[in-house]
Amino acid sequence: MNTTRRQFLGLGGAAVAAFRFADLARAAGEEKPRLLVLLELRGGNDGLNTVVPVEDGRYFDLRPRLGLRDDAVVAFDRSLTLHRSLAALRPLWDAKEMAVIEGVGYPQPNLSHFRSIEIWETASASNEVLQQGWLARAAATSAFARFAADGVVIGAADLGPLAGGARAVSLSDPERFARQARLAKDGQVAARGALAHVIQVENDIVHAATQLRPDVTWQTEFPRGGFGTAIEHAAAIASTRKVPVIRVTLAGFDTHQNQLNTQAQLLRQVGEGVVALRAALQEVGMWENTLVLTYSEFGRRPHENASGGTDHGTAGVMFGFGPRIAAGRIGDRPALARLDENGNLSFSVDFRSVYSAVLNDWFGLDSERILGHRFKPLALVKA
Amino acid sequence: MNRIERDRRAPARILADFLRGVPLLVLLLALQAWAATPGALGPDGARLFLTRTGFAPSEADVARWENLTQAQAVDRVLSETTRVAGQPAPGWIDETIVRPKDLRAMGQDVLKLERQTQIRYGLELRTWWVQEMVTTPTPLTERMTLFWHNHFVSAQPKVRYAQLMYRQNVLLRNQALGNFGALLHAVAHDPAMLIYLDSVSNRRDAPNENFAREVMELFTLGEGHYSESDIKEAARAFSGWSLDADRFTYVFRPRLHDGGEKTVLGRRGAWDGDDVLNILLEQPATAEFIVRKLWLEFVSPQPDPQRVRAIAQRFRSSGYEIRVALRELFMQPELVQRDQDNALVKSPVELVVGLIRQSGAEVTHPNALTVRLAAMGQNLFSAPNVRGWPGGDAWITTQTLLARKQFLETSIARANGGGPVAPTMMRTGDGNAAVEKAALDKAVADPAARLAGAIQALAQLQPTRIDLAAWLKSAGAFPERAVGDAGAKTLARDLLVLAPASPPSAEALGTDALRGLLLDPVYQLK
Repeated sequence: MNTTRRQFLGLGGAAVAAFRFADLARAAGEEKPRLLVLLELRGGNDGLNTVVPVEDGRYFDLRPRLGLRDDAVVAFDRSLTLHRSLAALRPLWDAKEMAVIEGVGYPQPNLSHFRSIEIWETASASNEVLQQGWLARAAATSAFARFAADGVVIGAADLGPLAGGARAVSLSDPERFARQARLAKDGQVAARGALAHVIQVENDIVHAATQLRPDVTWQTEFPRGGFGTAIEHAAAIASTRKVPVIRVTLAGFDTHQNQLNTQAQLLRQVGEGVVALRAALQEVGMWENTLVLTYSEFGRRPHENASGGTDHGTAGVMFGFGPRIAAGRIGDRPALARLDENGNLSFSVDFRSVYSAVLNDWFGLDSERILGHRFKPLALVKA
Repeated sequence: MNRIERDRRAPARILADFLRGVPLLVLLLALQAWAATPGALGPDGARLFLTRTGFAPSEADVARWENLTQAQAVDRVLSETTRVAGQPAPGWIDETIVRPKDLRAMGQDVLKLERQTQIRYGLELRTWWVQEMVTTPTPLTERMTLFWHNHFVSAQPKVRYAQLMYRQNVLLRNQALGNFGALLHAVAHDPAMLIYLDSVSNRRDAPNENFAREVMELFTLGEGHYSESDIKEAARAFSGWSLDADRFTYVFRPRLHDGGEKTVLGRRGAWDGDDVLNILLEQPATAEFIVRKLWLEFVSPQPDPQRVRAIAQRFRSSGYEIRVALRELFMQPELVQRDQDNALVKSPVELVVGLIRQSGAEVTHPNALTVRLAAMGQNLFSAPNVRGWPGGDAWITTQTLLARKQFLETSIARANGGGPVAPTMMRTGDGNAAVEKAALDKAVADPAARLAGAIQALAQLQPTRIDLAAWLKSAGAFPERAVGDAGAKTLARDLLVLAPASPPSAEALGTDALRGLLLDPVYQLK
């Protein structure tokens, strides 16, 4: 299916066709294209110290050293207490542009980083191995054909949910990308195996480079550091309006030891990064069409370990941001009284029902067809 | 030049013109010799075999191997290995490691200085290894050291101390073609690994499962061959493995060890960590897991389950002698067949080191080379996570492909290709050394700039210089002359393991033909 689509695109006719489609859409008064920004918190973010169950005494029993109290947390309202490092998100919560989804996971959780992120990114069942990322499968329906690329990945080498056939571009810096792209050639050679892959990537470079050329000078100030820069690049790519999906990765959440410092520093980057992204996209008029979602391969073990850290766990927390998000809290509070035989949390929201909402309600696609099963869409997007 | 002038040629010129024909003559003689040895690899087979088992060879290397049969080549490549590096070790490897606690007591400035020093040592360590790979007479030794480096992953950002990363590298090279069981036990006790996978904080009263999980999932059995309970039980067995606080060497702390009974993979006993490793080695899954990974490294992207199983069986019954597995893998027909289905993507290290060895390049900025490798996605001693670099097709993304091509293109740009250079490899001219040192000094002196600053500065430097005329000569071509039909074909076969996606035309000048082939998608493959 992909080869065919690719050959079609390779013929060059697609660019023309896509252009016309976009023109038509604009003429018909259709709104600006919708954008999904995924923020991957790589390593397994500790949900319990992100959205903190301060009202539950068991939390402090499980975490005598790591439990967050008093000035280590910030309360947005009576029902929502977050890690203090996320305080920057307050304006989004107040503006009803923020959703908090608790207890996100899947049945028979796998505690390996690699397997679990694969499950998340291919939207597979625990005992099922799929080759294609869930957004690559969405792209395979030609849903994103009018864009320059199906997605852009920033801050990680792997394509994650776009792996396995999507026209996805990974880049660290859009300007340098455009400068370097002249080294790639549009190949028309029939090839197999690794050679086919190299040629495909070359084609993607050529195609993306001709269209993804941000031309924007920001008023917004982006946080210093690698993640702040990644957010700036994401905003620049978003400003072109030529991609439907951007994924930005922040790594380092595998806090087996010394969790307090590490997670505080990472969550601060997340909070400040989201705030900067919102400001930047407001500047270029794209925020109203943007949905931001965080994800992580798993949450962490409720019981702290002896190294000042936590081990791999199961259900975790997702955040959603955007003007069209159904703001507020979704999912159940973690049931600390009912841990499984490994001492882990059980889930209340299957992550695939989040995807289902994104596909159905955000992109207007057939989620059942793309995910291969029916998952009731979570009420995540405002009707 | 007209006929009369040509008749007046100086004798030296006549000799020079005659010698120009020599490479062709040598080629013809070699061809004859090859034809005379039944079953010999020939130049194409030898080139492929050497690229697969080491790095892309120079034409001189090809000549040394082309008359061998595959079996003879396998014998030779396995007999020429070594257990120690040839490059002199960095000067700081025996420097005492000061505990963070003690450093903190000495004040923030000392702590900061120590961190910057470690960053600098880390860069030197990476460069030291790249130099070893460029100069080694036994590329297979380094390929296997790199293979284990990417199997038993430890990364400096967590381990911190370059001294420990160096020690681990020495260990990996020492057993690179030795015994897998011995290697597994040694790595499990290795200080860098003890830190990297948190063994040091795994105690009886507070088990840390990190090492127990990864040793099963990534080092031996592979996912799906153990349960969560096996991990918990194994973590108890590994408790008490620790580091001597002063010397940073392995030490067993009996009081932190859980001596009780554990059930691991159905075996019940009062196991300690080494017992658990032996239980893991007993499992057939372990041998298959390793052989399959070696297949993906050396043979083809599609491991043949039947052949993998057969090789794994012999590997296991040999008591995990790594050479036994390699010998069988290297005898597979895929190793010497030019075929798209067998082609594998070169790792950044293979691409860069291969280009240098193949072209006889001079390395003018060794540290810059290290930084370029990182930009291509292979920052040595700093794999992204415990699973290592995924390798294969994943090496090639839009970002890394551009970084690779940029390196290749600038390597042969006129400004860098200049005139002939001294044949000494890794020679660093005084001027170049000064530039590099200034960049590094700036980086460590300015805490705000940190390594990012150094990387930016180093990324601007051209790491290699290639004598284009000399390189082209080995294919009978010249930088400023059209390569001709035969020249275009010879160059393509010298450089690529498959037919080029866009072959150079006969009219292309030597330099342009070379550039075209280096930027051809096939150059990314081995």
